[in-house]
Amino acid sequence: MKLMLKTTVSLGALLLTAGAAFAACGIEGTGSVRILSNDFEALRLVNTTAGECAADGVTVTANATAEHKNLQVPALSISPAEYTVAVVANNSIVPLLNDDLIRPLDDLVAKYGQSLQPNQLIKIDGKTVAIAFMGNAQHLFYRKDLLDKAGIAEPKSYEDMLAAAEKLKADGIIATPLAASDKPGWDLAAEFVNTYLGTGGEFFAPGSAELAIDNENGLKTLENMKALTAYMDPDYLTFDANGIQAEYKAGNVAMMVQWGSLAGDMLKGEGAAEGVVANTVMAGAPTIGGGTTPAVALWWDGFTIAKNISDEDAAASFQAMVHGISPEMVAANPTVATWLVAGYEPGPNAVGVIATANGGARAYPMQPYMGLLHTALSAELAEFMAGSESAEQALADVKAAYDTAAKEGGYL
Amino acid sequence: MPHKTFFAFILPSLIAMVLFIALPIVSVIVQSFHVEHGRVLVQVESCQPFGGCTTETRVDTAAMAELRAEAPMGQFNGFGTYLNRGHLAVNEIGAILSSNTGFGDVVSRIYNLPFYKALSFTLVFCFVVTPLAMALGFAIALAVNALPKPTKGPVIFFSLLPMIITPLIGSLILYWMIQPNGIVGATLQNLFDNPNLSLRQSPMLTWLSLLFYGVWTNAPFSFVVFYAGLQTVPGDTLESAMIDGASRWERIRYVIIPHLAPLATFVALVQLMDNFRVFEPIVGFSAEANATSLSWMIFNDLSGDAQLFGSAGATSVLTIIGVIILLTPVLIRTWREFNHKVV
Repeated sequence: MKLMLKTTVSLGALLLTAGAAFAACGIEGTGSVRILSNDFEALRLVNTTAGECAADGVTVTANATAEHKNLQVPALSISPAEYTVAVVANNSIVPLLNDDLIRPLDDLVAKYGQSLQPNQLIKIDGKTVAIAFMGNAQHLFYRKDLLDKAGIAEPKSYEDMLAAAEKLKADGIIATPLAASDKPGWDLAAEFVNTYLGTGGEFFAPGSAELAIDNENGLKTLENMKALTAYMDPDYLTFDANGIQAEYKAGNVAMMVQWGSLAGDMLKGEGAAEGVVANTVMAGAPTIGGGTTPAVALWWDGFTIAKNISDEDAAASFQAMVHGISPEMVAANPTVATWLVAGYEPGPNAVGVIATANGGARAYPMQPYMGLLHTALSAELAEFMAGSESAEQALADVKAAYDTAAKEGGYL
Repeated sequence: MPHKTFFAFILPSLIAMVLFIALPIVSVIVQSFHVEHGRVLVQVESCQPFGGCTTETRVDTAAMAELRAEAPMGQFNGFGTYLNRGHLAVNEIGAILSSNTGFGDVVSRIYNLPFYKALSFTLVFCFVVTPLAMALGFAIALAVNALPKPTKGPVIFFSLLPMIITPLIGSLILYWMIQPNGIVGATLQNLFDNPNLSLRQSPMLTWLSLLFYGVWTNAPFSFVVFYAGLQTVPGDTLESAMIDGASRWERIRYVIIPHLAPLATFVALVQLMDNFRVFEPIVGFSAEANATSLSWMIFNDLSGDAQLFGSAGATSVLTIIGVIILLTPVLIRTWREFNHKVV
């Protein structure tokens, strides 16, 4: 709570001091803008820029916190809602949709959304429910110097990566060539979802909440995840995305599939060992099993406007957020994220995400029961990854755990 | 004290207890008997920046709002949540017992069920950490009691540190120390001459480090209580024991331990209750792969993309029942001692 308060206060201070770097905001009407978002650099930047809209009769506050997912549903359920804007992604918009907590934005887009591009509009049943402004995906980071030393070309598939890892290890170039965010919990489940998307499989039977991963694609996915661990630090089950970032920076890793949103951090190279950053190449995510689809999920981050607020607040919030993601802001900060905004020139940090998207990667599923599957995966795959359970048993456990949760959630 | 005065005396705390302890527990119990309404699903077209437009399943929010208005608590599920696979897993246990290949198979398959997996670590933690922490605390108390006066203050302060540190921070500190590049992890690698040794990779070693942490963090509480108890040991009895030629060990065994026995019951009671709710070290040690506890299950149900309140409620009620079962022997003993004294 204290930390949250601090974040809010320091953000408030930032908002006050943010200079007129971009075109003035000029909101029509008055209202209160209260933003809830996740806490990373790109979103903080959007929040700060939206804060420039504060004027007579318009107040802007922002709460950027990693706990946003736990806050958003209760905070938007009350009337008036605690926040007027919830910044969400593919997965975190689902609880808001399920409980009908966000409003259709078509009127606001027509009135104030001239700077938006058509592909930024997230539409469900013909109604715009969110405005996407940045994309994200995991993709390949690799050490060109090490791969060159072993005479290996850029890996395009997981099979390439395994062969390369074997060679790097056998030649004594690096002891733990691979790393992945396999920490049980959200990260491990995301690894499964990524690889499974690459196999071309569907998670659910069409049109129902019936789970459909207990098949050869599921087995292939697990087999691949396990095969990679043979080339990892033995503590692989304790590494999340930040953990493997640190390992890679320390020079302990030659190849990893890492978040595009951490590419900027990698290129900055804070705390990295000599020569790591200079030799790092970002490339599209690998494919699996001879497929052509990159084996990762594509993500978007976007904003939604709460339902339980006055129309004035909604209009002010929408305008402030449109200002927050304006082409001017993006032009001034091209390296912070992979923006989906008009006029964006991709920087070196965005190469991997764009290559992955162009490769035809699939979006993270938005089914209302996907969250239940993610939770089931996060708890039930750990034993398989630790080597104490067979792949068939792991898939059966996931299905049993998912079915239990889905029944309780009213989906089955 | 007349009943009326007594009642007036405890009324404020009674109100607070009802409001902040009894009512929340009742609400958790009620919650645990309910599950969500059956979702009304519809097929709609959805468009996003990647992949264009596809037909997707969505929840019909208008229909759901009607259902919720009729019955805000959700569907009544009775003991359904308690008996499902995530909790007592009655059907699964039945299936395992009716067809298996032997005792080992039964144990490993039951251990594969989330509730029993969590319960086994929770119980091991309780029954290993509680006695060891009490023994260690008692040993520290004896040692500190024997120190010359000026050094007592600083030594007591240092002995209390593990209790002063927030459990999550304490477990993180220890976790970092046992990493391969931390001081303990690196030393162990050197000692055993095994560069791949890691305390975090096998279930056994993870359990051992969690238990070690448990003893470390729980010992100070026993120490404080026993140290206070030691100040009340009658000097006359000790002196007469010394005159009788009792050694230091005999004095501890026959004078001090009997004197502190009621205190030990109290410490055991509190520690068992605390350890049954073990949670922070699992998160701090990133040990979810190898060790889970009942409290961690509740946390897992309530965090993440989908929140299962009924499931979390059922686990909470089962935890309360577990605490009651654990404490029954100790409570019965206390009750008997109390009756003895009265008679």
